[in-house]
Amino acid sequence: MHANPLSRRALVLAMIALAVLALPFADLAVSAHDPWGALARMGQGLLRPDFAAIEQLGTATARTLAFALMGVAIGAVAGGLCAPFYGFRPLRAVLIGLRSVHELFWALLLMQVTGLSPATGVLAIALPYTGVFAKVFAEQIEEADPVPARALAPGVDALSRFLFARAPLVAGDMWSYVLYRVECGLRSSAVLGFIGLPTLGFQLDAFFRVGNYGAVGAVLMIYVALVVTIRHWMRLALVPLWLAASVWVLRGVSTPPMGAGALWRFLTQDIIPAPLREGHWGELPGWLAPMVTQQIIPATLTTLVVAQLALVLTGALAFGGFSALVRQVAGIAVWPARFVTIVLRTIPEYMLAYIFLQVLGPSMLPVILALSIHNGAIIAHLLSREAGGIVAGLRVDAPRGAALWGYELAPRLFGRFLALSLYRWEMILRETAVMGLLGVATLGFYLDSALAALRLDRAMVLIVAIALLTAALDALSKILRGRLGAASLRLIPSGRLTDKDPSCPSVSEMVADSQTR
Amino acid sequence: MTLTRLTDERLAYGGATVFDGVSLDLRAGERVVLVGPSGAGKTTLLSALYRRMVADGLRVALAPQEAGLVPQLSVIKNTLMGRLDDHGALRNLAALIRTPKPARAEILALLAELGLADQAGRAVEGLSGGQKQRVALARALYRGGRVFLGDEPVSAVDETQAKALLSVVARHFETSVLSLHDLDLARGFASRIIGVRAGAILFDAPPAGVTQAQFEALYAR
Repeated sequence: MHANPLSRRALVLAMIALAVLALPFADLAVSAHDPWGALARMGQGLLRPDFAAIEQLGTATARTLAFALMGVAIGAVAGGLCAPFYGFRPLRAVLIGLRSVHELFWALLLMQVTGLSPATGVLAIALPYTGVFAKVFAEQIEEADPVPARALAPGVDALSRFLFARAPLVAGDMWSYVLYRVECGLRSSAVLGFIGLPTLGFQLDAFFRVGNYGAVGAVLMIYVALVVTIRHWMRLALVPLWLAASVWVLRGVSTPPMGAGALWRFLTQDIIPAPLREGHWGELPGWLAPMVTQQIIPATLTTLVVAQLALVLTGALAFGGFSALVRQVAGIAVWPARFVTIVLRTIPEYMLAYIFLQVLGPSMLPVILALSIHNGAIIAHLLSREAGGIVAGLRVDAPRGAALWGYELAPRLFGRFLALSLYRWEMILRETAVMGLLGVATLGFYLDSALAALRLDRAMVLIVAIALLTAALDALSKILRGRLGAASLRLIPSGRLTDKDPSCPSVSEMVADSQTR
Repeated sequence: MTLTRLTDERLAYGGATVFDGVSLDLRAGERVVLVGPSGAGKTTLLSALYRRMVADGLRVALAPQEAGLVPQLSVIKNTLMGRLDDHGALRNLAALIRTPKPARAEILALLAELGLADQAGRAVEGLSGGQKQRVALARALYRGGRVFLGDEPVSAVDETQAKALLSVVARHFETSVLSLHDLDLARGFASRIIGVRAGAILFDAPPAGVTQAQFEALYAR
């Protein structure tokens, strides 16, 4: 143990202390005048979903699927083509840049060029996913068994060597990862609706505005049903069919026309900082300084405050709650608990935050709740799965119920829990920044304002700031994991666990995902 | 006619010196069998011979100890991999999707010889250890060449089958060098037996010239 001087207790105490310090800066007010009433109406809507708007729902569902499938397919093909060359530094830098920008931010940027067209939605998913796929595929190829390649005759060319002795070894894991990404793509696609693309998120927003809670319930049910059944309809043989259908669906999306030359203007003028555009290089510091002091620094602090509170609440929910998913601890209550976790980890945090915002009114509270509940459900699910393995191997006279949790499961899984939480930390921060689009003053809020004011140069600066902040936190999380001795978490064989539970990513996939972000 | 020759070579395995000055020459038409306890240096000697012959431009068919099969590909495709260096990338890519008819016919004939005809279309991962070893043999036979090099090429099958497989090897290759751990098998196949122990060649003679005492000395503790 002397190799990792950071004790688990010290880490937990430090995280809680940081959260307590953040508390005075957090706006946790419930500003809605009748939250209970709103909650009751929404509950009724969920219990009595209203599919009357079937035509709109059907179209939105088809388009959600089409955006997701096209985006993931393009990302997977492009990423797959880049993967063998991932060691080439300039290419890798581009790929890291692609994936460091969130899908929603990509969409907001692309909208300046391609408007509300299908290209915006597809590219917003495809671009960051290309970066993610390239990295994960490159790792899978690198970790493949080298022996078959060595058994080949020395004169075999590189491409044949790759196609025969490498690609078949990793194809299964690659497909598992693609399936997991389809789930992520559906999440991204649905959320793109909140910024105007015609997907389920757009319908959810529209139904909320008119108080049609029954239809809101219907949207959520359709979405959860889609994600939970992915592995039943997403078969390799059906891919061409789904892609052809996606193209057909997207062709039917009518879009307002964009002026000609939008891309050229975007690249050569709009995103160039104003002083440079006008040739006044000396004014650059004067242009940048107020942005840093008035926007980036305060928004970074707000982002960190929200993310820290969300992280600690996530941890509390996950570690306290995972036992509710273990049959030997929770008894019959395990079934409703499992159902609730499936729903909560399936609905994207952005969508949850939007819903909570409608109930609680604008403040940091709905954002923190959404992030913690969603991430808490994911970690709890992963822990409960490991707990199942532990319980199966316990002595016959092992304690049951709460004592089983306290004496057997909690101590054994504590290290695992910390590692998973550290992995999710960076994703929580990323999503916190994005939640600014909902009106909370995190970095995304200022990005949205800059875009609304058509100041794309400022938007670019904010995007870079967000990317740097996430990269910094990712690095910190890696250091902490290393010092906890938890860095080896990634080494779990991927793909195998997923087959058992079709609705959710496996540990390795989750981890691979958080590493790539 | 001498095919290849090692002269006073220093051979290492995983960074550690195994042979400090070994000489060996291989003549066309010989069937050499290396015997000796595990860790004696048989694999090191075989890979040195392989590297030397490949460097000299000889075509060598190799059946390595770690078979290096691709579990997800079929028996036919794994066999096909023996000749990838004969064709360009595009043709290989096309063959990965659909094996050309002549190649397929040739491979099926080989598989029948090795008793794998029924497994031809199956993925290698579903096969038994002995069947996998035959696929590795099939790949080497399909490759063909002046010399067959096999590192324990029949260790996973029973004695009767091993004999049959070795006779297939003898039919296809005039010259071969293999390591075997079964002495009777070695005597039955070899025209020349080399006893290796602790990085040294203890004897090198035709089977009739190797005494039981020499064999026992090879494996003595």
